[in-house]
Amino acid sequence: MSTFRLKIVTPDGLCFDGEAEQLSVRTAAGQVGILAKHIDFIAPLGMGQATIYTEGKTRKAACIGGMLSVLNGEVTLVPTTFEWAEQIDAERADASYERAQKVLHQKDSSAQDIRLAQARLKRALIRKSVAQNSK
Amino acid sequence: MAGVSMKDIKLRIKSMESTKQITKAMQMVAASKLRHAQERVANSRPYFEILSETMDDIIRSNGEFTSPYVTARPVKTVCYVAIAGDRGLAGGYNSNILKKILGEMKALRCAVCVLPIGKKAAEFFRSAGIPLLTEAYAEAENVSIGDCFTMAKELSKGFLAGEFDEIYLGWTNFVSVLSQVPATRGILPLVRQPLEAKEAAAEVLYEPSAEAVFDAIVPEYLGGTIYGALCESVASELAARRTAMDAATKNAEEMIGDLSLKYNRARQGAITQEITEIVGGAES
Repeated sequence: MSTFRLKIVTPDGLCFDGEAEQLSVRTAAGQVGILAKHIDFIAPLGMGQATIYTEGKTRKAACIGGMLSVLNGEVTLVPTTFEWAEQIDAERADASYERAQKVLHQKDSSAQDIRLAQARLKRALIRKSVAQNSK
Repeated sequence: MAGVSMKDIKLRIKSMESTKQITKAMQMVAASKLRHAQERVANSRPYFEILSETMDDIIRSNGEFTSPYVTARPVKTVCYVAIAGDRGLAGGYNSNILKKILGEMKALRCAVCVLPIGKKAAEFFRSAGIPLLTEAYAEAENVSIGDCFTMAKELSKGFLAGEFDEIYLGWTNFVSVLSQVPATRGILPLVRQPLEAKEAAAEVLYEPSAEAVFDAIVPEYLGGTIYGALCESVASELAARRTAMDAATKNAEEMIGDLSLKYNRARQGAITQEITEIVGGAES
């Protein structure tokens, strides 16, 4: 299978730089799969699981926010947070999930708190599912 | 020995010594923190570069779309994001960047406001009588990447709402441990570079649409830019403090040497005088 150059950079550093066969990520408009020789393409990223297929290996990661660009056959993923499945701290995700649930069930939470809690809940759910999927 | 008594000199030596201990400790703390900060700068730079490259590519390769983010409009209010330190004793670090920003503000003929990051920046602009947007980020040390993105969202919201028509960023570039350069640059509106004649506008697929993509990415880009500048600034502050404290320690050492010499002379003088007195007393 032909491959393409894939670069993944986050503010914390370079996460991946190499050849990949396929990339599957969730953009704001939905799940997309990128293969080699894709047309130039730019989309903002949503929250979800990213799957990277390299030669005989599949790696999963939680990928949140940022953008995806394909320019001249080179794919660049610039997420805000990107965690490989094996790096995810499941306990922390669980704790964050519980905390968010608590805020959402309280009656006196402000709209701002609820928005933050919802975002946190979503992030925690993604992390949990990615961590579980990779087991 | 003229004027100063031995006791005075001894006291001064003592106080110099404790000063030296403090400056030495500060230097060591700054040096160890600097190592982490340098790592952070090195890690965030590729992100920073790729983000702005991609941004440039999008703006350049797409000639026809319009977005409020790339449209320059008559400038009434300018907002500065000023990044400085929380504490002094870092040589010229704080005053260099703050004076540069203030100088640029004075050259502008319109209303200005400022978003300070770092206690020193907040204090400085408050005393200069410039309205502060918010003081939520007055502690540069505690500003996280999440805060940078929140800030960027607020800024782009304010920009779209017309609260300010141009946004500038002022930070200190970390060139090396010995050199830090204050810099400013406009971050909004984005400047569209003219397309070079030979490169045709490439066909790029945007999902859902070029405008939507652009408007979603700009706050992201701003957040990344601010975070990158913050990393640079923090490293610069630590490097500046390390250098300043190193110099202060050396000065203290020199002064202690000087004072010890004076002290020994005074001691010798006193002994000589005593002997002369004894000899004089015995003779009479």
